Amino acid sequence: MTYDVEQIRRDFPILERKVRGRPLVYLDNAATTQKPRQVIDALVHYYEHYNANIHRGLHTLAEEATAAYEGARVKAGRFINAAAPEQEIIFTRNTTESLNLVANAWGRKFLEPGDEILFTAMEHHSNLVPWQMIALETGAKVRYIEIDDDGRLIGDDVRAKINERTKVVAITQMSNVLGTINPVREIAELAHRAGAIVVVDGAQSVPHMPVDVRELGCDFLAFSSHKMLGPTGVGVLYGTREALDAMDPFLGGGEMIKRVTYERSTYADLPNKFEAGTPNIADVIAFGAAIDYLEALGMEAVREHEIAITQYAIDRLSAMDGVKVYGPREAADKGGAVTFNYRDIHPHDLSQVLDQYAVAIRAGHHCAQPLMRRLDAVATARASFYLYNRHDEVDALIEGIRASDRIFGNVVRAGA
Amino acid sequence: MSSELELDELYRELILDHYKNPRHRERIEHADVTAEGFNPVCGDEIEMELDFDGERLQAIGVRGRGCSISQASASMMSELVEGKTIGEIRHLSEEFKQMMTEPESAVPEDLGDLEALQGVAKFAVRVKCATLAWHTLGEGIEQHQKGDGAVRVEEM
Ligand SMILES: Cc1ncc(COP(=O)(O)O)c(C=O)c1O
Repeated sequence: MTYDVEQIRRDFPILERKVRGRPLVYLDNAATTQKPRQVIDALVHYYEHYNANIHRGLHTLAEEATAAYEGARVKAGRFINAAAPEQEIIFTRNTTESLNLVANAWGRKFLEPGDEILFTAMEHHSNLVPWQMIALETGAKVRYIEIDDDGRLIGDDVRAKINERTKVVAITQMSNVLGTINPVREIAELAHRAGAIVVVDGAQSVPHMPVDVRELGCDFLAFSSHKMLGPTGVGVLYGTREALDAMDPFLGGGEMIKRVTYERSTYADLPNKFEAGTPNIADVIAFGAAIDYLEALGMEAVREHEIAITQYAIDRLSAMDGVKVYGPREAADKGGAVTFNYRDIHPHDLSQVLDQYAVAIRAGHHCAQPLMRRLDAVATARASFYLYNRHDEVDALIEGIRASDRIFGNVVRAGA
Repeated sequence: MSSELELDELYRELILDHYKNPRHRERIEHADVTAEGFNPVCGDEIEMELDFDGERLQAIGVRGRGCSISQASASMMSELVEGKTIGEIRHLSEEFKQMMTEPESAVPEDLGDLEALQGVAKFAVRVKCATLAWHTLGEGIEQHQKGDGAVRVEEM
C-alpha cells in the first residue's frame, strides 16, 4: 500500500474543521492526536450494540464486551511485540498512571534507603515526580543523566551514573520537547548488568515509530492511547511477566482478587491483579481500533512520513532569521516534535498569533520544567506532527510566525 | 472580523509600549514587602517590592519575565497603584478582575492604561496572564497587613 496523506486525512472528520474561517492546521500532536472515524465508530458501536460489564456476566452482551476488551489487550501487546500479550499488558488511565503504578508497586516493595533511581534531564514530569515521591517514602535517592547542548544524553554520564546502587533506570524513549530518541537498548543493557530495572516512557515513541519491547530489553513500558489516534482515558503499562509477578497490587477492589475473607485476600493472576474495578471498557475497545488503523498503515511508513515532514519543518524554521531550534537537527535522529523560539517573542504571544491563523501549536514548558531550565528558556513553542500532516501545513506555520512580525516586529524589551 | 483586526484589538499599541518599556522597574531596597508571582502553566514570572506609609502604597518596584500580556499588565498596574491606599487598590483590583471575567460589562473609567487590556477578556486562556500581577500585589498587601515580609504566589 502506498502512503496517501490525502486519503488518510479523509478518515479524520475534525480535519475538515475551520477555525476563524480558515482550515485547521493541527500541529499539537505531541499533546494529543486527532481520531479517525474508525475509532469514533468503534466507540459508538460498543455503546449501541454490546455495552456490558466485562468478566462478570454470563450473558451475550457481557461475553461480546469481554472478548472485545481482551482483544484490544492482545492488539496492544502485539503492537509492541510483547512475549505474552494476555498477561503483560495492563490497562490504566494514561502514561502517568502507568508510571505511578510502577513507582508505587515496584518501588515500595524493592527500594531501600541508599538505593538510586536514575532518570534523565529530559523527562516529562510524569516520569520524574512519581520517582521523587517514592524516593521520599523509601529513602532512595534520585539522580539524573545530563544532556549536551544538542539535547542528547551524554554517554559518559550514563556510564558514570549507572552503578551497583542503581535500582531503577527510568528513561523516555523519545523526548516530548526535543524529540531526541534515546538509545534505550544500550542503556537497558548497562542497567541490567548493574542489577537495575528499566522503565521506559513510551508516550511519544510508541505512537510514532516501531517499538519492540523484546528488542529494547526493558522491564516496563508506558504509553497513552490518546497520543496514538485512540480515545482519552486509556493508558498501557507493559511489564515482563517476571517483573509484574514480583510486584504486589497497586489498587485493591473488585476484579483483582481470587478469594476474599474478612481478614485477607488472595490476588488474581496477571493482568487482572493490576486492574481493580470496572475498567474503561468502551475506550479500550476503541483503542483497539486505533491500533488496527496504525497497523494497516504500518509504523515504518508512519515514521518515514514523519521524518520527511519534520526535516522540512526544521529546515524551514532554521532558515528563518531569529528562530532558535532546540534539540537534534537531523529528523532521522528524532521524533516529530520541533521546539523553537522566535526572536524575543514569548511563545504564548506567538501561539496566540498562530491561533488567529488556525495553526495550533503548544507554548509553555511542556511539563518539563527542569529541562526548560537546562535549556535556559522560560518557555518554548512546539510544533509536533503526525501521520496526517502535510508539508503545506508547515508552510502555514512559517507564514503565521512571519505574521507575528507585524505586531511584535520592532519589540525589543528594555532590560529583558 | 479578520485575523489581523482581532489581533490588533488584543495587542493594542499601549500594551506593546508597556511591554517594551516597563514602568517602575527599579528595585526598591529595604522594601516593607517583597512578593513573587509565578504561573506554572505558562512560566510567567513577576517579582515586586512594596513600600507602605501606613495604609498608603508609597512605592512599588516590578520586574518579570513572561508574555507581553503578563508583563504589560504588571507595568500598567504599577503606574496606577503607586500612591493609592490599600482600600483604593482593592477596589481597582476588583474592577480589573471584573473587566477580565465579564467581557460584556462596561469598562470602568479609573483603570488608566489598563483599559487597553479589555480585549484580553475574550481570550480565556490569557486572563491568568493579565491578572497575575494583581494577585501577586494582593498577596503582598495581605502579607503587609499580617506583618510578614515575603510572599510567593503560584497561580493554578
Ligand atoms: C514523554 C511523555 N511522557 C508522559 C506523558 C504523559 O502522558 P499522559 O498525560 O497521557 O499521562 C506525555 C504527554 O503529555 C509525554 O509526552
